[in-house]
Amino acid sequence: MSLAEDMEVLRSIPLFAKIEPAKLKLLAFTSERLSYISGDEICREGEAGDAAYIILDGEADISVATNNGPMTVATLGKNDIIGEIAVLCDVPRTATVTAKTDLETLKVAKDNFFQLVTQFPQIGIQVMHELADRLHHTTQDLTKAKAKLAALDG
Amino acid sequence: MDRSIFGYILRYSKTAQLILLGLTVASFPFLYVSLELPKMIINDAMASRDGGRFFGYELDQVSYLFTLCGVFLILVLVNGAFKYVINVYKGTVGERMLRRLRYELYSRIMRFPLPHFRRTSQGELVQMITAEVEPLGGFISQAFSLPAYQGGTLLTILFFMFAQDPILGIAAIILYPLQIWIIPKLQRQVNLLGKARVRQVRRIAERIGETSQGVRDIRANDTTQYERARFAKELGVIFNIRLQIYKKKFFIKFLNNFLAQLAPFFFYSIGGYLVIQGDLTLGALVAVIGAHEKLYAPWKELLSYYQLMSDARIKYEQVVSQFDPIGLRDEQLQSADADQPLVLSDTNLVASNLTIATEDGAATLDGASFQVGLPSRIAIVGPTGAGKEDLTLVLANLLSPDNGRVLIGGEELAKLSESVTGRQITYVGYPAQIFSGTISDNLLFGLKNRPIRAAQLDGSDAEAHKRDLLEAKRSGNSEFDADADWVDFSTVGITPEESLLPAAERALTKVHLDRDVYQMGLRGTVDPETQTDLADAILRARKAMGGRLEDPKLGRLVEVFGPDDYNTNATLAENLLFGAPIGDSLQIEHLASQAYVQDVLERSGLTETLIEVGYKLASTMVELFADLPPDHDYFRQFSFISAEDLPDYRTLVGRIDASQLQGLNAEDRERLLALTFKLIPARHRLGLVEEELQAKIVKARHLFREQLPSELATAVSFFDPDQYTIGASIQDNILFGKIAYGQAQANERIGDLITTVLADLDLRGRVIQVGLQAEVGVGGSRLSLPQRQKLALARALLKRPDVLVAYDPTSPLDPNEQLAVIDNLVQEFEGRTLIWSLNRIDWAERFDHVIVMRQGRIVEQGAFSELNRDGSALHALVAAE
Repeated sequence: MSLAEDMEVLRSIPLFAKIEPAKLKLLAFTSERLSYISGDEICREGEAGDAAYIILDGEADISVATNNGPMTVATLGKNDIIGEIAVLCDVPRTATVTAKTDLETLKVAKDNFFQLVTQFPQIGIQVMHELADRLHHTTQDLTKAKAKLAALDG
Repeated sequence: MDRSIFGYILRYSKTAQLILLGLTVASFPFLYVSLELPKMIINDAMASRDGGRFFGYELDQVSYLFTLCGVFLILVLVNGAFKYVINVYKGTVGERMLRRLRYELYSRIMRFPLPHFRRTSQGELVQMITAEVEPLGGFISQAFSLPAYQGGTLLTILFFMFAQDPILGIAAIILYPLQIWIIPKLQRQVNLLGKARVRQVRRIAERIGETSQGVRDIRANDTTQYERARFAKELGVIFNIRLQIYKKKFFIKFLNNFLAQLAPFFFYSIGGYLVIQGDLTLGALVAVIGAHEKLYAPWKELLSYYQLMSDARIKYEQVVSQFDPIGLRDEQLQSADADQPLVLSDTNLVASNLTIATEDGAATLDGASFQVGLPSRIAIVGPTGAGKEDLTLVLANLLSPDNGRVLIGGEELAKLSESVTGRQITYVGYPAQIFSGTISDNLLFGLKNRPIRAAQLDGSDAEAHKRDLLEAKRSGNSEFDADADWVDFSTVGITPEESLLPAAERALTKVHLDRDVYQMGLRGTVDPETQTDLADAILRARKAMGGRLEDPKLGRLVEVFGPDDYNTNATLAENLLFGAPIGDSLQIEHLASQAYVQDVLERSGLTETLIEVGYKLASTMVELFADLPPDHDYFRQFSFISAEDLPDYRTLVGRIDASQLQGLNAEDRERLLALTFKLIPARHRLGLVEEELQAKIVKARHLFREQLPSELATAVSFFDPDQYTIGASIQDNILFGKIAYGQAQANERIGDLITTVLADLDLRGRVIQVGLQAEVGVGGSRLSLPQRQKLALARALLKRPDVLVAYDPTSPLDPNEQLAVIDNLVQEFEGRTLIWSLNRIDWAERFDHVIVMRQGRIVEQGAFSELNRDGSALHALVAAE
């Protein structure tokens, strides 16, 4: 486990991919490696989110509360990111994440990420690009869906 | 206190002043003879060739000369001895009087009425007691002896001059009346300026105090420049005053010098004329001129004494007037011991027509009256500004009402001495004051009313101690011994032999402070020499902990120290020492420059490798932190290198590359080495400490220990599974390892585990006992606000008062905890009296009796259930919440 490896992992995440290497290294340095053993809870639905976790090794279950108890909706694996949105804005966790196997993560704290963005606005711009890109795709998808709906109704 | 400084001096040092006068007068004959003797030596012994008589003995010329010279030498010694004795005695008298004055002023602060503190700044009080009275001691010591001595000297010399020639004598003093007339006039102007200066210095002290307290708000408002300008203006005022003083002072000096120099003018003109006329011998004129030169010194001294006296008078009067506010508490109330305790059960508390007016005419209490049977648990409620705080202060006898009174069983509260009201009744306000010292000192504070047992000292210590106490008595200081044992355990119902612990633990638990003190205990240290059993118990806890860590789920949370293992969660320095540093010499900051450490590294062939690691580390840090501004939080959180040092390291790594490290000077090499020592592989993930290097360091560790020179033997306590590590905290001793980085929630889980282990071994109390010895800092600064409030409540609880008056002391606690603490106290005071000003009206339900206030009056009182009905004031307040 080294800083260089962590940096490569961060680069594989679209949100961070466009950040220049020197700053990405600083983000990696200020991030924290955290291990969980299978069954540990990483975050809980409804709690305030203060960090994103990138899975370095192992698998994690995403579950949401239903009337019939918790229901697993997805399983994440290596290089997936948990709670990405939490490093960008204050929203409660939308799901509970539990370690399915022993789990190795890289924890990027919101505070650290924000301090970096405030200091180096170009990082903010790069993140904004990425988000705008996604928004564009989402909007396109939405328009297509609406068109389909309209066709069905018509 | 005496209004005039002379009154004060005479009252307290009359005898000493008389002794000084006596000594002074006794020295004059010798002075006169020493003036007379040179003339005898010149005229009798040298000029006439037939010798002389000395006390009836006929002597030839040479023997006569040597005899007289011998007498002269003796007189020089005698005069010197007189001066020495007088000066030492003067110094002693002055210091005693200064000590007395300071003590008296300090003592008065404790008698000030509380509202007076709103008008007086702390800075002013400090300034007055420390700096302003300082010169007074010097003056007091010579208030009488200096004019007597210098005046006497002056008269002696004048007498001598008149004896030579009356006309010249008159010439010498002819200008004195003019000086006596004009100097005081000028001096008065200087005095006025002096008063202004004293006032201005106090203002400045006040400004500095306010700035240092309010610096947060000043920065928050970006008003530092404004504050600087204001301060500059104040300094300007004092600058001008001082300049004026200088001008006037030096003018006085000029005038004095001029007038003094006029006398020789008369000597030369009148005396010269007389010599020409043959009415005066040349020898006599020379003698008079010589004597006049001697005259100048005492005259100057007398004039400067006059200036000093004026200064001292102003200072004294100004200071004393500040310490005599209206409503100063009667001294008797603080010094008297209780005759008999106040009966506080099956009696009545009657407050009638309590009124307190503020300066601007508004009343905080406006005829408040009520009556309640004691004991009772009473809640005082009402909107903000209803006068709740002043009512609680009056009920605790801390504030005297302008009108009205409080009677308990017919006794007027305000007339009772503090030895009654301050022990049977106690008060906790918000914010409460915590005093510097340990938690335990603060808990016991309320039990230190009078000394209980004299200090146990023996031999020369006891002698010195006795002398100190005697000296305190001579200066009118407290005759109680601060070193005596003051803690009166009998009031809390335990004997001193019994441990205080259960009572303290109970009080702490009631106010929810036990967990905090327990945590402080875990961070505290134990001396295994004196607390062997506790150290042994902690070693048992270490064993138990080791057992629990065998569970792999928990084991991965801690990396235990092993003599042959490199601990990746510890710093490189810790891995090398494999022990806890004691004292300064082996602290991590000093390690790189420690000669023995360097020697061990050299012999293990590690020096170059470690410096290389340091170089790589420095390069990485310089790269990572290069673009960050110096005040960025990352420096504090993550960097090995402080923002100030970063440029130096940048130059260093920019100047050379890794192959040139050997050419660096010793200082730079040590700096790189120092960086390496801080490296924690598991935390920093820089991959700089590979397994091969780890193995080498473990080897060096053994070498370090085996050959440790004797002078360092006490500087480190080595890690040993079966030995208590001196200098390490209790928690570290239990863990005997490091909490692993990168394990989710490791800190919380290990914290819980330690708590369980200690509880199993019944050691929680012992840890709290260690926590009681934690220092709280000046004014409790190391504690949080809620902790300080809880500690003040625990202090009040431990004292077991009959009445506890509280003004909203729990308000900084979070609501759930507040309620829990209030519930505990209400329960605790069953059968005793609790008067509590509440900020939440519905909580009043827990109390026996509720007093509802509005605008300084009591509008309702009774049981909560009776009062809480439609249309009542209480109901309206509850509804408004």
